[in-house]
Amino acid sequence: MSVDEKTVRRVARLARIKVEEKDVPKLQGELNVILAFVEQLNEVNVEGVEPLTSVVAMDMKKRQDVVSDGHYPKAIVANTVHEDDFFMVPKVVE
Amino acid sequence: MSLTSLTIAEARAKLRAKEIKATELTEAYLAAIGKANKLLNAYIVTTPEQALEMAQASDARLAKGEGGALEGIPLGIKDLFATKGVHTQACSHILDKFKPGYESTVTQNLWNDGAVMLGKLNMDEFAMGSSNETSYYGPVTNPWRRKNSNAALVPGGSSGGSASAVAAHICAAATATDTGGSIRQPAAFTGTVGIKPTYGRCSRWGIVAFASSLDQAGPIARDVRDAAIMLKAMASVDDRDTTSVNLPVPDYEAALGRPLKGLRVGIPKEYRPEGLSAEINALWDKGAAWLKEQGAEIVEISLPHTKYALPAYYIVAPAEASSNLARYDGVRYGLRVPGDDLVDTYERTRAAGFGREVQRRVMVGTYVLSAGYYDAYYVKAQKVRTLIKRDFDNAWAKCDVVLTPATPSPAFAPGEITDPVEMYLNDVFTVTVNMAGLPGIAVPAGLSESGLPLGLQLIGKPFDEETLFQTAFAIEQAAGKFTAPQWW
Repeated sequence: MSVDEKTVRRVARLARIKVEEKDVPKLQGELNVILAFVEQLNEVNVEGVEPLTSVVAMDMKKRQDVVSDGHYPKAIVANTVHEDDFFMVPKVVE
Repeated sequence: MSLTSLTIAEARAKLRAKEIKATELTEAYLAAIGKANKLLNAYIVTTPEQALEMAQASDARLAKGEGGALEGIPLGIKDLFATKGVHTQACSHILDKFKPGYESTVTQNLWNDGAVMLGKLNMDEFAMGSSNETSYYGPVTNPWRRKNSNAALVPGGSSGGSASAVAAHICAAATATDTGGSIRQPAAFTGTVGIKPTYGRCSRWGIVAFASSLDQAGPIARDVRDAAIMLKAMASVDDRDTTSVNLPVPDYEAALGRPLKGLRVGIPKEYRPEGLSAEINALWDKGAAWLKEQGAEIVEISLPHTKYALPAYYIVAPAEASSNLARYDGVRYGLRVPGDDLVDTYERTRAAGFGREVQRRVMVGTYVLSAGYYDAYYVKAQKVRTLIKRDFDNAWAKCDVVLTPATPSPAFAPGEITDPVEMYLNDVFTVTVNMAGLPGIAVPAGLSESGLPLGLQLIGKPFDEETLFQTAFAIEQAAGKFTAPQWW
């Protein structure tokens, strides 16, 4: 499978990465090289094979559903623009 | 003899015997960093004040006859590990000025054992690369050079800063991480020892996530004994990582020197692809001969799905990365590039904050997970992964450990490899191990014709790191150790 320019723009949008129009052809070429490389997997017969979900046979650990951490809003917002312990973002609703 | 030339085991003995002080050792390393780092760019941040404070605390404990397994040992920390109040950016622009309010489990384990932090080490951005050329903080230089040449070489990646710093003796050892070969390939390129333990052995809590089902932390050290000491300290059982496996951490050092008699060493025929260089072939044969001389039995094995590991990896790893890196939106931390609205802010932030290789992988991951393609790519790759793991499960009936080359070539020059897929091929021997969740160690085994270190890889059964250390130690005994001639 290979991607056309329209798909490159759609994927960039889904990935929330702004791609300049002039960069689309180069990116398309690079993505198609990678997709061509992974095409090799079509040679493998995977009929009846289960997808791997865990590399180590063990039950998923579970913990009590209780609050075990928290109550430090100042530390949470310390790394960005904040006001009264809230993250500040551009206006979303007019 | 200078203090920075001591291995961890040697420094540990001298510290305990009070022949040297932890502060002296730390000062010697800080001076060595001051001299070397401008040329190597292995450290992106040093923490001299914190280092000296930690060393003074170590001296106080040592004076009382107390102290942990790494008391007073100065270490470098890969920038992927969260270190409280200290630069933690995965060497990405998008995490600009980020300082976590918490410490990763692995680094906390090291500090609990008395280790001293010298600073944060350079790496490929978000651990995506095999040459340390994708770092926002510039490339790292390998302390090794080709015979009769002054040309710079890459240290490998993504743990390029870790490998370069260990090889140049500007830390006693370093933490590193490995998603497809990022510990073992740079170790092989720099004549150092690097081990990626079994998935679930080291906690991933507080390590910036790349591909969660593949990422594992491990050490890069100067020799096999130091790697064993480091892994013992780094590994733990951690409730904060649901994939941390509840098994006691053995004393890996005790495995060194155990006789090899009765050990079955598997040689997978699929690791001899057409075009593999004569010098790598010869090194591999020599490694097998050394183990045979010491009493091991050499058996041929087959891992038929080996060639599909790398293409499957380049679906699974970008897919998981696209999901993990979705959190970098400019809102909660790091870089923010203002846009016309919130979505425009996300898009501008991520375009400016991620480098080219990271953008490429996030987009590949987004594509293979998008509606209509998920089964054809991601599910298919996960099925191939089951087959790769099954290959190893079958091999363990015939052998106890697998011996392979670590890399297809010695270190190359910056800018020499520009095609992404050609760069990916550097991990052809290491990536199967991550796909199957197994432990793997790279150990130096000789020098190339051009005078550069070459490594061999040993692959073990799940949680059988002890056999890896035992066998790697046997190779080290036969091959000797390799130190880069100092030019910096």
